[in-house]
Amino acid sequence: MLKTITTILVSILLISGGADKGGYSVGDKAMDFNLKNVDGSMISMAGNPDNKGYIVIFTCNTCPYSVAYEDRIIDLQTKYASKGFPVIAINPNDPIVKPGDSFEEMQVRAKEKKFNFPYVFDSTQEITLAYGATNTPHVYVVEKVSSDYIIRYIGAIDNNSKDASAATKKYVESAVDAVLAGKEVATTSTKAIGCTIKWSEASKKKRQEG
Amino acid sequence: MRFYKLLFLSFLVCVSSCSEPKERVEVIKIEGLQNLIAEDNHQVHLINFWATWCKPCVKEMPQFVDLAENHPEVSISLVSLDYLENLDDKVIPYLDKKEIKLRTLLMDEIDYNLWIDMVDPSWSGAIPATLIIEPATGKRIFLEKEFENGELEEDFQKFTNS
Repeated sequence: MLKTITTILVSILLISGGADKGGYSVGDKAMDFNLKNVDGSMISMAGNPDNKGYIVIFTCNTCPYSVAYEDRIIDLQTKYASKGFPVIAINPNDPIVKPGDSFEEMQVRAKEKKFNFPYVFDSTQEITLAYGATNTPHVYVVEKVSSDYIIRYIGAIDNNSKDASAATKKYVESAVDAVLAGKEVATTSTKAIGCTIKWSEASKKKRQEG
Repeated sequence: MRFYKLLFLSFLVCVSSCSEPKERVEVIKIEGLQNLIAEDNHQVHLINFWATWCKPCVKEMPQFVDLAENHPEVSISLVSLDYLENLDDKVIPYLDKKEIKLRTLLMDEIDYNLWIDMVDPSWSGAIPATLIIEPATGKRIFLEKEFENGELEEDFQKFTNS
C-alpha cells in the first residue's frame, strides 16, 4: 500500500518535474507588460480597459512556423479584436543571436505583411521568461477577470501548421469562443513543433537557475 | 493473352521497385516513430529531431556525425520534421551536400499533439531535441536543447556514465 502511494507520488513528481519549466500554467495570473510596438507606441493589456482578454502570441520574423502562421494571426485579429479579444504579438528573440528578429526587421515585416495587430518587442526577454514561452509561435489566451489576467489556454494555434484549411482543431479559436461565451475551455493546453526562442546569455543563465 | 500482359506488367513493376535500393530517407507515421523508439537492437540509440529549416539543428549536425565516428556502439537516427513535399528538394539535397550518411527518417505527421508526448512528456515541441536510449537497461535521457560545440560528446559521456 505504502509502496503504491510512493510510486504514485514519485510519478506525479516526475510528471510535473518534467513538464514544468517555470512560467505560467493554465489558471495562473499573468503579469501585464509595457512593450514597444512597431509603430513606436507602448502596448500593455491594461492599455484598453474595455477588452475582455487577449490572444498573446510569442512569434518572430525568422521562424518558418511563425511565418506559416502569419495569415492566421491576421485572421484571429480580424475575427476577435471587434469582440474585445485582440491579438498582441510579442517577439521574444534576442537580435544578437538572431539578427533577423531585430526591432527594425520587425517593423519591416509588419509593414510587408500589413499586420493588423500590435507587434511588440520583449527586448529584455523578461516577459517571455515570466510567461515561460519556449518556442515560436506559442500562444497564451488570457482572460481579463476584474483587474487580473487569467490564463485560459497555452499552446498551438491549430493542429496543422502547414495548411490552415486542413486544420481540424482550431485550439485558439475554440478557447476564445469558450471564454467569450463564459464556458469552460475544452482543450486548455497543447504543444507544437516550432523554433526555439533565441535566448540572450543573461536569459539562458536565468533559465538554468530556474 | 490478358494474363500474360498482366504478368509482364507485374514483372516491370518488380524490376522498377523490387530491385531499387532502400530509400535514403524512410518516411514514417506515428506507428513508425513508436517502433523507432522501441527498437531494442542497439546498444545505445540516439534519436535527434531536426529539420532543414532549423538553423541550430543544422549547426549541431556535425556533432552527430562525429559521435557516430567516435562511438561505433551508438546508433543514430535523424528524424526530420520537414514537410513531406520537401523531402526531395530540401532534405535529401541537404544530406547529399553535407555527405551525411546517418540513418534518416522523415516524420510525416502534422498533428504534433498526437505524438510529442510519446517522445517525452517534457518536450515543448521546439527543435532541436534529442532522445538517447539504452534499450537493455531502459535508461533514457531527453535533451531539448541545442548542443554547443563539443557539448553532445559531453552529454553523451554523462549519459553512459550515469
